[in-house]
Parts: sequence; C-alpha cells; structure tokens
Amino acid sequence: MKPVFGLAGASVHYGRVGTGVRALHEVSLTIQPGERIALVGANGSGKSTLLRLLHGLAAPTAGQVLRDPDRQQAMLFQRPHLMRLSVQGNIALGLWLRGTSWRDAKRLAHTALARVGLEELAQRHARTLSGGQQQRVALARAWALSPQVLLLDEPTASLDPHAKREVEALIHEFAHQSASMTLVFASHNLGQVKRLASRVLYLEQGRVLADLPVDDFFSGPLLQTQYPAAHLFVKGEYV
Amino acid sequence: MNSLSQSTSTALQLIASLDPGLLAIVGRSLSISATACAMACVLGLPLGAWLGVARFNGRTVVLALLNTALAVPSVVVGLVVYLVLSRSGPLGFLGWLFSFKAMVLAQALLVLPVVTALTRQAVEDAETAHGEQLRSLGARTLLRSLLLAWDERYALLTVVIASFGRAISEVGAVMIVGGNIDGFTRVMTTAIALETSKGDLPLALGLGLVLLGVVLLLNALITAVRYWREQAEGGSLAVAMVGGAA
Repeated sequence: MKPVFGLAGASVHYGRVGTGVRALHEVSLTIQPGERIALVGANGSGKSTLLRLLHGLAAPTAGQVLRDPDRQQAMLFQRPHLMRLSVQGNIALGLWLRGTSWRDAKRLAHTALARVGLEELAQRHARTLSGGQQQRVALARAWALSPQVLLLDEPTASLDPHAKREVEALIHEFAHQSASMTLVFASHNLGQVKRLASRVLYLEQGRVLADLPVDDFFSGPLLQTQYPAAHLFVKGEYV
Repeated sequence: MNSLSQSTSTALQLIASLDPGLLAIVGRSLSISATACAMACVLGLPLGAWLGVARFNGRTVVLALLNTALAVPSVVVGLVVYLVLSRSGPLGFLGWLFSFKAMVLAQALLVLPVVTALTRQAVEDAETAHGEQLRSLGARTLLRSLLLAWDERYALLTVVIASFGRAISEVGAVMIVGGNIDGFTRVMTTAIALETSKGDLPLALGLGLVLLGVVLLLNALITAVRYWREQAEGGSLAVAMVGGAA
C-alpha cells in the first residue's frame, strides 16, 4: 500500500542554518495508512515541528518529505482558533476554503456539529464557547473535511479533565471510523498515548530516538535495553 | 480671563443658535475628512492586511518606508500635493488646486499610511497567533489576509475612527492646497487659525469646541466599539489615540 508519508533525512531549521534553532534533525520514517502514531517527548523535542512538516506548514531545510496527494489531511491545534463567526460559520468556512459552496458548506457543517454533539450551539458566537467546546468545534471542522489523515498537536493539553475525556473520545471515534484513517498526534499524556496509539515515536532534541509499537514502548524490555532515554521519559524521570 | 470667558460665552451662543456660517464650516470639514478617510480605507485596509501576511524580498524596506510616512508632517503632504496639482505640476491640468477635491486628496494621502500601518500591525499579530490554522485549512496569502482583516474588524474599526480623527484635526495640508477660501474651502482648523489671527476669538473658540466635540465623539465611539466587542466575546482591544493634530 502506498505510504501516507515518507520522510528521508528531513531536517527543519528555524532561522539561519548554523546559528538558528535546529527543530528537527535528519528524521527518516514511513507512515502507512491506518496507523495511529503518537509523538512523545519533552517540550522543544520537535513534535510540533514534525506535525507541521507532515502537514506542509513547515518546509524541510534538508532531506525529503513525500506525501500521498490523494489523501485529504486535516490538523487540530492545541488552542483552536475560531473566527469571529457563528459556530456553524466556522465549520462552513473550513469547507468553503476547500472549494465547497457556502450553502452546501453550511449544511455539511450542521451534520459535523451533530457528530460532536454541539448542534444546539450552531448559531452561537464561536468565541463565547468554553475551551472544550471550542476544541470540539475545531474537531467538527476537521471532521467536515472528511480527511483520511488527521494530525493533532496536543489537542487536549489545555483542557480540563472532563473536556479532555470528551475530546479524546471523539478523536477515538474519528480514528476508528475507517480502517485507513491515519492519525498522528503529539501528546504529553502517556495514558492517552496508550489508549489511542498503535505506534509511538519518541523525540529528543529534534531526533527520533525510538520508534516502536505501543505495547513494546510501554511494557516490553526493548525500550529499557535499547532506548534508555525514552525509557526514563516513560518512567517520568526525564520530562 | 475676561476675554476668555466672554469669548467662550459667545462661542457657546454661536453653537447653540446653530450659526449658519459655523455650520457650513463644520459640515465642510466633516465631508472632506470623511471622504478622505473613506478613500484611504478603500486602499489602506486591504494593502495593510496583505502586508501583514505576505512575505517577500524587500518587505522590511517597505515597512520602514511605511512607518516613516506615519511621521510626515501634514504641511509636507500639503506641499507635495500643491506641487503636483499646481498649474505647472503633473496633474495641473485637472484644475483641482484650491478645491474640495484637492483637500480630500491631501487628507487621503496623509491618512493612508496611518490606515495601512495600523492595519498591517493588527493583521500581522493575528497572522502570528493563528495564521497557521487558516493555512492548514487551505487559505493562501491574499485570502488569509482578507479573512484575518475580517476577523480583526473591531480593531480595524478603531483604526478607521483614529484615522478620521487624524484627518479632521490636521491644518497644514488643507491650508496649503485649499487656500482657506471663505465659503468654499474653509474648514474648522483653517478657520480657527485665521479667526485667531484676526482676533475674532468667539468664532475660533466655537469652532475649537466643535472640533473637540468631534474628537470626543470619536473617542466615545472607540470606547463603544471596545465595549461592544468585550460584550460579544470578552476580548481586549488595543487602544488607539485620536486627535493627533498637525
């Protein structure tokens, strides 16, 4: 099967090479359709940059990034930005930007809102919603685009426990709606990683130091013997 | 002190009696500045929004020039417009000098950098904060700049009000290109300057009070916009100063 992403020695520098910040360094990996990949690592390890690189928001300063152009992508950010529009208008805007007529976009937006249980808030001003509701609207906006690849940058990091559970349940539902749905998400929440991921990439200082199936990452002997830094991170001794 | 109180009293009587001469000057001032402000906004708002989002070689130089233009004295703008519109100037054939149109043009040029620079700043801040999410949805530079400008519409409304305040309170440019012709190109600021030099303090003071009232009204509008926005979404609004006289 054609991979969703292929990275070969991909690096990203912010600022001038040599004096700027090296956010990613020679990352090589392949992501297949249907994989649910968690990116873990300390702040500044390169998780967000890797997501931005995959989504095309950042360009590699070295190496190659290949994307399957036939697969529609959507990305969810830690703090969703909703425009000064109604909730429905925000979702419709995402569809309109991808070429759907405004009339159809509003109809589809309503369907997407129903999927995240917010249809009764369709006409509310989006900025008056709580953080959890805003993230659910952002998820509905992504959902409405019918993506085959969903990228999430710490989507529940700024939410309270109740909202975290709600949003995570929706992401879980989203990820399992089709076998070919590919999920790549960054998270500091190792419980969430266990629940959602099938494969875990551990990043440190812009490098992928461990790339393991989720079971091996959390419970197998492989991590301790071959990836001591990642093992310490999982044990909470290096965050 | 006696002269001041007498003048103030007469000025207030002029305002209260809706003196036709005073009303004509006030009406002319408002129409010239509103037209100039509208023209500057038609060009400056989209240009500023685009500059806030677009990245191109030489952008830093363009922004430096734009910010420099903010500080150009109104008399210099008036002088340039005078030279351009004078009989021997490149646009002399239009015959606009000492007319309403010349004053509108001068004020529009004066206000254009204000509208463009403040819009650029507001949209660039929005682009930094969440432009990436719009990029993620597929919005390219021009569309993103327009969407972010729409999203920052309350801040931009403040920009529009502030630029109107700048236009209506300037004196140098309209004096040079309008000529301060009674009943034709005389506006509040030029009339105040003239009547003061003639010693007709009540009319000058009356016009001054009206001008202050207009600026006060603009500040009240800015406060209302801020309140309106906070009521709608609990946001905060950058404060813009109104009333920077030339």
